[in-house]
Amino acid sequence: MGDIFVLIISCIFINNIVLAQYLGNCPFLGTSKKMETAVGMSMAVIFVLTMAGVITWIVDTYFLVGLGIEFLRTIAFILVIASLVQFVEMFLKKSIPALYAGLGIFLPLITTNCAVMGVCLINVQEEYTFVEALISSIAYAVGFGLALVLFAGLRERINIGRVPKPLQDTSIGLVTAGIISLAFFAFKGMV
Amino acid sequence: MLESVLFTLGLGLIISIALSFASRIFYVYEDPRIAKVENLLAGANCGGCGYTGCSAAAEAVVKGEAPPNVCILTSKENVDKIAEIMGLEPGTAEPLKSYNDCDGGERATDRFYYEGLNSCKAVAALYGGKRDCPVGCLGFGDCIRACQFDAIKMGKNGFPVIDKEKCVGCGACERACPKPILKVRTMSDRLLHLNDEDDAVAPCAQTCPAEIDIPRYIHHIKEGEYEEAVDTIRERNPLPLACGRVCPHPCESYCRRGIEDEPVAINHLKRFAADYEMNSGKRIPIEKAPDTGKRAAVIGGGPAGLSCAYFLRRAGHQVSIFEAMPKLGGMLRYGIPEYRLPKKVLDWEIDGIVNLGIDYHTNVRLGRDFEFGALIAAGYDAIFFSIGAWSDYQLKIPGEDLNGCYTGINFLSRVGNEEQLDIGKRAAVIGGGNTAIDCTRTLVRMGCEKVYLVYRRTRKEMPANEVEIDAAEEEGIEFIFLAAPNQVMGDDEGRVTGLEYLKMELGEPDASGRRRPVPIEGSETLLDVDMIITAIGQAPSAEFRGKGDRMDDISWSRKNTFEVDPATHQTNVPYIFAAGDAATGPALVVDAIGGGRKAARSMNLFLKGKPVTPQPKAILNKHIQDTIFDSVAGIKQSKRVETPEMPVADRINNFDEVDLVISESDALREAGRCLNCCRYCYNPDYEIQA
Repeated sequence: MGDIFVLIISCIFINNIVLAQYLGNCPFLGTSKKMETAVGMSMAVIFVLTMAGVITWIVDTYFLVGLGIEFLRTIAFILVIASLVQFVEMFLKKSIPALYAGLGIFLPLITTNCAVMGVCLINVQEEYTFVEALISSIAYAVGFGLALVLFAGLRERINIGRVPKPLQDTSIGLVTAGIISLAFFAFKGMV
Repeated sequence: MLESVLFTLGLGLIISIALSFASRIFYVYEDPRIAKVENLLAGANCGGCGYTGCSAAAEAVVKGEAPPNVCILTSKENVDKIAEIMGLEPGTAEPLKSYNDCDGGERATDRFYYEGLNSCKAVAALYGGKRDCPVGCLGFGDCIRACQFDAIKMGKNGFPVIDKEKCVGCGACERACPKPILKVRTMSDRLLHLNDEDDAVAPCAQTCPAEIDIPRYIHHIKEGEYEEAVDTIRERNPLPLACGRVCPHPCESYCRRGIEDEPVAINHLKRFAADYEMNSGKRIPIEKAPDTGKRAAVIGGGPAGLSCAYFLRRAGHQVSIFEAMPKLGGMLRYGIPEYRLPKKVLDWEIDGIVNLGIDYHTNVRLGRDFEFGALIAAGYDAIFFSIGAWSDYQLKIPGEDLNGCYTGINFLSRVGNEEQLDIGKRAAVIGGGNTAIDCTRTLVRMGCEKVYLVYRRTRKEMPANEVEIDAAEEEGIEFIFLAAPNQVMGDDEGRVTGLEYLKMELGEPDASGRRRPVPIEGSETLLDVDMIITAIGQAPSAEFRGKGDRMDDISWSRKNTFEVDPATHQTNVPYIFAAGDAATGPALVVDAIGGGRKAARSMNLFLKGKPVTPQPKAILNKHIQDTIFDSVAGIKQSKRVETPEMPVADRINNFDEVDLVISESDALREAGRCLNCCRYCYNPDYEIQA
């Protein structure tokens, strides 16, 4: 039980997917201009990442390792994630139209999100068990959402702040992201 | 090696089978045109169109909410192809444009001195902004930074100026502005928008029943942009030539200059601009929205009907007008005499309206020439009643049916219809309204030697326009005040020989605030006349009712008018709307025009399948709090332009127009007197030392 707790803390804070591992930077910068969008994106990522983490773990453990063809991991994962997102999109559109409309364009955007791919690869590299893989996927996604929402809140404030012209918009965004990232390093000593 | 090839193929196979099944199981019907349109959009998901991504934009195009040229990145050929898919002309779906409401800017006063960040959003976070005015522009240009198309510039007066050519209507500026200043709307939404609490409207424009943006058109006249001035008037009033002549201009009573000085001659300026267009010989083109395929019927082609038809047509609906009289115009043609509004002028104006593509039928009266059921059978989606108030009230005194007795509107409409009438030598007109005055002045012109106006109160209580009363006086009409007709005397052949009346005195004020006249007993006086016209008010004529069709379900008010929701002009039958005198009882032309537009707004909602709800913050000609001042600083006295009019001797024996248009130089000078007010700020004549 203690291990699971450590895993959750580690995934959300210490090894935060965006701020410590620097994955998923394009949606991090692209969808953080408004709080509303940031929350939408976070929800979509939690949803997809959980599914992708579990399914890729199964594919890896039972097929790739079983057949001894681990070198195909990247290409197999890309295929699985892309088709998974397509599948989820179709499913939601038919069954939960309200959620589909809420997630909007964020669902297809996740297809090309390196954070998703990254988490799936970490899951197998760390040789997690199925339950661990499931929990790490959720926790990493929550970490992504946390970073995104924090960052969106800051950017909304920065928007009305006095920013020198050359630093406006994405530049100041990157600077801010760097500072938050430094702040997150403080969690390193926790475990 | 073999395993890896087999694995990859297997994975691909499984995925493709799974996805093909999924696409079958989870299939949702979607208009096939959405996919086709989406393929033709740029696919960048840039959001420049204002929708969340290209598929949302494609959906909006197919639903008809966005024009084919919604995508700002796609090529001209693709726009044409999208238009072809949708069966539209490219670019004809109504485009959105940004409009700036505030023209106060730097001249507005500040509540506090602000030294913070140069951002509207930041200053708005501090007590709602530094301006005194709750809707005034803060001037830091958040909208300019938000615009991706370089379409907004900060004007020299400290408020944003929009380049209509560059604006794509994406809505970024509206979202960036912390106040309700920039509004992104289609042309028809703008035309049908009622003035509301968040609008930057001057006291005169708040008062105008038609809600014309008065300071804006006067500003155009001042700049010599007469066509733009006419265009601005036409956004709210399709009948500027008629209104410029007959409107009693309630706006001028609330003119801010009028508090310290003589008010600006607003109506003369309107007439100047409208006459400029007519005399220039070419009509200014009137923009209209693409066809919606919905049809509306308008019963009655008077000012309310013409106004409603005009606005519905501009919003893209098909409109047919059904008029009982031989020509369109209603009271404008048959109630207002030639010397106030020449028929030639009215014809020119009505031609301009019907030329928008409004179909009309004259000489057809509801209940006589066609039945209500026929309209429904003909497939009209909504019906508008503007039948006016044509049925004169009777005095209910003995002798009223004698030969030589007429009623006001009946008399005027027969004169307007060029019927030959027997005109007496000496006539009495009973009543104190504009109809009564019109009757007296018409009688003078038709050769009547002596005309009396008999009114039961005094001159002060007369509801007629002051200028009309003056003009009648100049033309030799004799006023008999405080006189209540008692009976009409006749001879053996049933001809009128005189009018007996009782003298009155004023008593306590009644419900309308006017002092109630009380008869003096034994004061019977005989007036020697051979013709009597009763003009004491009118009501709509309801002869089409009681036929057992849907018309009988419409609520009818105690005043004998259509009972409508005052905010939407909808009757209790959802597809039937009413405005003008038919809904309000006798009122001004400009009230009818405003009513027609308000009904058109509701009908537009109804025809587009939206709920017909009142506009939440509409002021409906009530004044916005604190915008009516007691005193105005910085005013230098200046003379108001005089109405040029024909000398009395030249006018009383013919029907030539009496009031003339002001000259261009007078118009420019008069336009210069306008303070260009908004809610709070205005341009004073000289700097006010604080």
